[in-house]
Amino acid sequence: MPGLSGMTGALAIAGVSKRFKTKATTVQALDNVSLAAAPGEFVCLLGPSGCGKSTLLDIIAGLTAPDTGTVFADGEPVKGPGRHRLVMFQDSALFPWLTVFGNVMFGLKLVPDLTSARRTEIAMEHLRMVGLEGFARSNIHELSGGMRQRVAFARAMAPDPRILLMDEPLSALDALTREQLYADIQRIWMARRKTILLVTHNVREALCLADRVVLMSASPGRIQEVFAVDLPRPRDVNGLDVAEMAGRIMTALRVHLAPGTAR
Amino acid sequence: MKRVAIAAAFFAALLAGWQLLVMRGGFSPVLLPAPLDVALYLQDAWRDGSLTTATAVTGRRLLLGYALGVAIGLPVGLLSATRPFVQDTIGILALGLQTLPSVCWIPLALLWFGQTEGAMLFVVVMGTVWSVIIATETGARNIPPSYARAARTMGSEGFHKWTRVILPASLPYLISGMKQGWAFAWRSLMAAEIYVTILTGFGLGHLLHYGRELNAMDQVIGIMLTIVAIGLLADKALFAPWERFLHRRWGTGAP
Repeated sequence: MPGLSGMTGALAIAGVSKRFKTKATTVQALDNVSLAAAPGEFVCLLGPSGCGKSTLLDIIAGLTAPDTGTVFADGEPVKGPGRHRLVMFQDSALFPWLTVFGNVMFGLKLVPDLTSARRTEIAMEHLRMVGLEGFARSNIHELSGGMRQRVAFARAMAPDPRILLMDEPLSALDALTREQLYADIQRIWMARRKTILLVTHNVREALCLADRVVLMSASPGRIQEVFAVDLPRPRDVNGLDVAEMAGRIMTALRVHLAPGTAR
Repeated sequence: MKRVAIAAAFFAALLAGWQLLVMRGGFSPVLLPAPLDVALYLQDAWRDGSLTTATAVTGRRLLLGYALGVAIGLPVGLLSATRPFVQDTIGILALGLQTLPSVCWIPLALLWFGQTEGAMLFVVVMGTVWSVIIATETGARNIPPSYARAARTMGSEGFHKWTRVILPASLPYLISGMKQGWAFAWRSLMAAEIYVTILTGFGLGHLLHYGRELNAMDQVIGIMLTIVAIGLLADKALFAPWERFLHRRWGTGAP
């Protein structure tokens, strides 16, 4: 697995802009956004809804083309989707016509040069990693929201992508389930050291998970401030250190989002 | 088991009611034959082979026309969901023609193809294809966009995406559309067989028609029961397994 070496997964976003035209108006979703992530770094994009953070994730995934600027993954310009950059969606996007195992196998089957025995092995390994090996034959509708996101996590991790993109994967879950997943994501990230870009509007979530928190503002979508988070891991989302830093970021958020400051 | 017993009791009561009505008298046997007479007719028709031959003829026409209708309707429906050009042309045509009762195709089929198997086939295909197109299009349009996005990031493009993602994702709509297509095909074929006499094969519709001409009401009711039985059987054999699959995987019967 190349990802285990930690040598790949570098991400560079260079001057990316994107505007959306509707009948009524033109929205500058992203305005000259530049950002870099080192291999194995956990970066959170934090901002209010409409600040273009999901659009940025789409552009990195190769699902949307930027108007200007380029995204480089391991030095290569991104021209379309590719299995080295996998996405976890808010609604899990698990395929209901497949079992849990079938869903994890979907991406694996598209990875060349693996024997089917090895694929099965990897799929089960990843289901074990998220604690759902007993649910391999279950149907998606039988799972709770938290279990679905675990399966989605396993599905995205199984093909061993270099970069994992997470689009508010936990925002639809209840608080208890979410806290459990914070612990799991941290544990798995510490073991596997993938480059992860997570989009969220939850300050504590960002601080609980990220090495760096990138604060974005809306219309035009811009990077306002970047916070390095060097709290010891594993972190507790309810911990005092997280709460203290959350206070500082909330203050910064208010400044950047106050009317008249965003130009 | 209890539900089977309830269903059996219901149909037994229905038959008993029918028999009582006949025994009470007042109805001409030409208009209302006894259940036993109908059973005797079915037994005779089975023995002399007219029922089995007619069923085989009708079944062949139906399966051929239906298969052709699905084979055309499925890809056209998918195209219509993704290509605005196809949607604005064939899509609108399908929407319009779907509202046309398939019996209305019979005069045209007769003029174009004469009293041939071709006319039969044409009517069945016309009965099937439009509703399959509409259902496929609706199904493909209603797929959550994140399915296709997730699939694309995992490297599923083109043919793989269509067959492994779009098609299975629209399955709930597809099954109900194919079921509707089947019902339309069955109805249109019966209408065609009743109206059109062709010499290349006597189907169930023909037997029904001649039953009326001969005032043989036992034959008419017997054939009607056969048609109902085949419809039920086809539903169970063709669609029930798919519906069980939908129920198991999606947790519902249909969208």
